[in-house]
Amino acid sequence: MRGEGNKERKDRKDKEAVEIGLTHYLVLSAVLFCIGLYGALTRRNAVIILMCIELMLNAVNISLVAFSSYIVPVMLSGQVFAIFVMVVAAAEVAVGIGIILAIYRQFTDIDVNNINLLKW
Amino acid sequence: MGLTVSFWILAVIIIAAALAVVFLRNVFRAALTLILCFIGVAGIYITLSADFLAAVQILVYVGAISVLIILAIMMTRNFQKGNQPNKVQLPVAIIAAALLGFLIYAVTASSWRISNLAPVENTTAPLATKLFSENGYILPVEIGAVLLLAAIIGAIVITRENKD
Repeated sequence: MRGEGNKERKDRKDKEAVEIGLTHYLVLSAVLFCIGLYGALTRRNAVIILMCIELMLNAVNISLVAFSSYIVPVMLSGQVFAIFVMVVAAAEVAVGIGIILAIYRQFTDIDVNNINLLKW
Repeated sequence: MGLTVSFWILAVIIIAAALAVVFLRNVFRAALTLILCFIGVAGIYITLSADFLAAVQILVYVGAISVLIILAIMMTRNFQKGNQPNKVQLPVAIIAAALLGFLIYAVTASSWRISNLAPVENTTAPLATKLFSENGYILPVEIGAVLLLAAIIGAIVITRENKD
């Protein structure tokens, strides 16, 4: 359990890394972020791109809360930041869905490769 | 021990669900696996003793954002015209893998000053104190409210039918 001193941490390093540390959460966050990045850049359906952006935002939230919980547990600043990221994500999904619906009403197609009127 | 097992189970669920979101051809099933991913992230918050944030994650992400995404999927159904190959798949995969390698190296090579203190157990009251009391984040809360209002008005205006 966390809350022990340095001696316990040194004993744990001799064993097989059974204890879940900060790096585990950060690696999970990095993997989730890169999966979302790959999906946002590769997929052609606009709604799936929006979902991959939400994956990236969730990855950042995991990272923020992990930092807050491991480095400054009493200050909770990472969790406050994560709340604001959720607020921004909610606003962004609302506007993004509105844009997608407006585009669909115009073109009957949300393949982002075909929505290229502004391209030179 | 319980923390270790639950972390690994949740991590596998999250990564598998995220891969399914990216690689599934059926959009609706991708949305369902996205909901599974959000629930997994809420479980990760619980392992980090962020109980209020886990509840807010379920309420906001699973309850509101996923419903909006499913609404968008239902209203933009077009028949699949076959699977045109995407030219950017390999360069993006290389870039994403390189970024992942760099991030993992940066995370594991840095020495983090892990605190000795145990994390806060009931985070609701301390979070409320940090957000709303003196020297708190009350200004970002108000700005967040204005942002949500602007997003609501913007979404209504964009999706309104033009009855000229």
